Amino acid sequence: MSDVSLRHVSKSFAAGDGQVQVLHDVSTDIRLGELTMLVGPSGCGKTTLISILSGILSASAGEIELLGHSLTQMNDRKKVMFRRKNIGFIFQQYNLLPALTAAENAGMPLMASGLSMQKASQRACELLDAVGMSDHVNKLPRQLSGGQQQRVAIARALVHSPRLIVCDEPTAALDAASGKGVMDILRQIASTPERGVIVVTHDNRIYSHADRILEMSDGRLIGDHAPDAFIHKE
Amino acid sequence: MILNGSLNGNSMNAVALKMLLGDRAKYLGLVFGVTFATLLMAQQVSIFVGIMSRTANAITSVREADVWVMDPRVRYVDEVEPMRDVELSRVRSVPGVDWAVPFYKGLSTIRLADGLTQQVQLIGVDDVSLIGLCDDMLSGRRDAIRDPQSAIMDRNGFLFVWPEGDFQNSRTFELNDNRLRIRGVCNEKPTFLTFPILYVTYQTAMEITPPQRKKMPFIVVKARDGVTAEALATRIAHTTGLQALTAPQFRWRSINYYLERTGIPINFGITIALGAIIGAAITAQTFYIFVVENLKQFAAMKAVGVTNGQLLRMVLLQASVVGSMGYGLGMGATALFFFATKNQPALQGFQLYAQVMAGTAVSIAIIILGSILFSLRKVFRLDPAVVFRG
Repeated sequence: MSDVSLRHVSKSFAAGDGQVQVLHDVSTDIRLGELTMLVGPSGCGKTTLISILSGILSASAGEIELLGHSLTQMNDRKKVMFRRKNIGFIFQQYNLLPALTAAENAGMPLMASGLSMQKASQRACELLDAVGMSDHVNKLPRQLSGGQQQRVAIARALVHSPRLIVCDEPTAALDAASGKGVMDILRQIASTPERGVIVVTHDNRIYSHADRILEMSDGRLIGDHAPDAFIHKE
Repeated sequence: MILNGSLNGNSMNAVALKMLLGDRAKYLGLVFGVTFATLLMAQQVSIFVGIMSRTANAITSVREADVWVMDPRVRYVDEVEPMRDVELSRVRSVPGVDWAVPFYKGLSTIRLADGLTQQVQLIGVDDVSLIGLCDDMLSGRRDAIRDPQSAIMDRNGFLFVWPEGDFQNSRTFELNDNRLRIRGVCNEKPTFLTFPILYVTYQTAMEITPPQRKKMPFIVVKARDGVTAEALATRIAHTTGLQALTAPQFRWRSINYYLERTGIPINFGITIALGAIIGAAITAQTFYIFVVENLKQFAAMKAVGVTNGQLLRMVLLQASVVGSMGYGLGMGATALFFFATKNQPALQGFQLYAQVMAGTAVSIAIIILGSILFSLRKVFRLDPAVVFRG
């Protein structure tokens, strides 16, 4: 049994008087212990797909099973609770709260679960240390570089020990060195069998970090590649 | 397990406060918006209430009177329909009357030493009891009014006629070719008409005003112990055929007359409404922008597992902090305004009423709640693209 299972997933949005179909009958399985990349041109439905498989968006049709739970059967509140416990997010623009320190930002998922700010920050400091940010725990986001902010975002994604990490263009706003540093960390996370990492990206510099690359076009999955084969094909 | 640590529901409140206070400029903008709205509403409504109260100050200043007796045609305190002198005896004979004294009130014109004229409100008080004469004397003695050709003037009127002040320096003037001398200055709440208030004895008033068959405008009455003002007023009206009203009844009748027959309520209502609308617009718009500008932050929080309920509580906390700060500062500014202007004739006696404070608090709360509910709809219906897009 797979850890993430998508079966015949479709999604359409209302547009004017009609509907625009963004995903067409997408089916795939994703395993923990792997770093899976989702690639394809802009507008092909990558972001919509990770929104659906992380429970932020509901599919118009199809079945989504995540870590043994059917997302399709969950109401919005159950999805939030499930997400809070099982999924960590890394965004392209980091989305750190400007008024909170690095430690407080990284501790946000724990605070959402009811842990005090002090205890959440203490736990976050351990994660910040692990991603090489121990000297910056009390800095505000504006005092950090892009690469440093993304490391804080990684700590935030890991602080509550989720089993699945969903990343949307995590290196798009970073220079090559910072991007490599971020991908090294994600690679390391995915090397543990109880955790999976899904990365949506355009950045061909990081394809070599993947265990598997899913290729999308026009709302369809059109390929399931090993990284070497895909890089060669590119 | 991490979540086995101590649970503290206040952590998201702390995040909410940090978000609010983290951007000092936005925070001050929000507080200013609420402060401005509070100031506009509270100050304008208080001034309106103060002006309307002035229409009845001639009644409330006669503190000893329980019942006012007048001609049945009188509709408000500034309308005078004189009664026969004999009516005073008739009223005094009504059971339950402790005492009843005449009270003159009318408009007259005085001529100053330099030949200029000035209209005044002439008040004639009972020679013996001096009921109706103000008792907060700034210079002179109350009983000096009983001396021949003597008068007492209110402070605002005195300063209006003789701007150089100097209450101790006795002033003379003429009223209907009778020479009078100011023997004292007292502090009394201004009336709606704003003319100087000139107090003389009732007897002097009868002597210096043009002769008429009937000259007594009002009789003020005190009820005996154990007799209610309402019961006594009813009895006097029934026995004499005159109009008898308790002091509060007469006060409200005068206020209502001005409300119904002048453009003051409409004009002030428009001003207050405009103030409220502008204040509401500023507050609502500022708070709406604050929430919308933080939309990506809220979206990120939703993605990491913050529930709509938690977001609602966070925004409500932010709103209550901003609302309390803005309301407090606005009320403080309003109170400061009335304190600073308490001695200015145009604003003397105006004050910040508890009812106005409560009403403004409710209005501000409604405005803020309305604006956050409107903006929170966006938070609750966040497009996931907001979370994931750069």
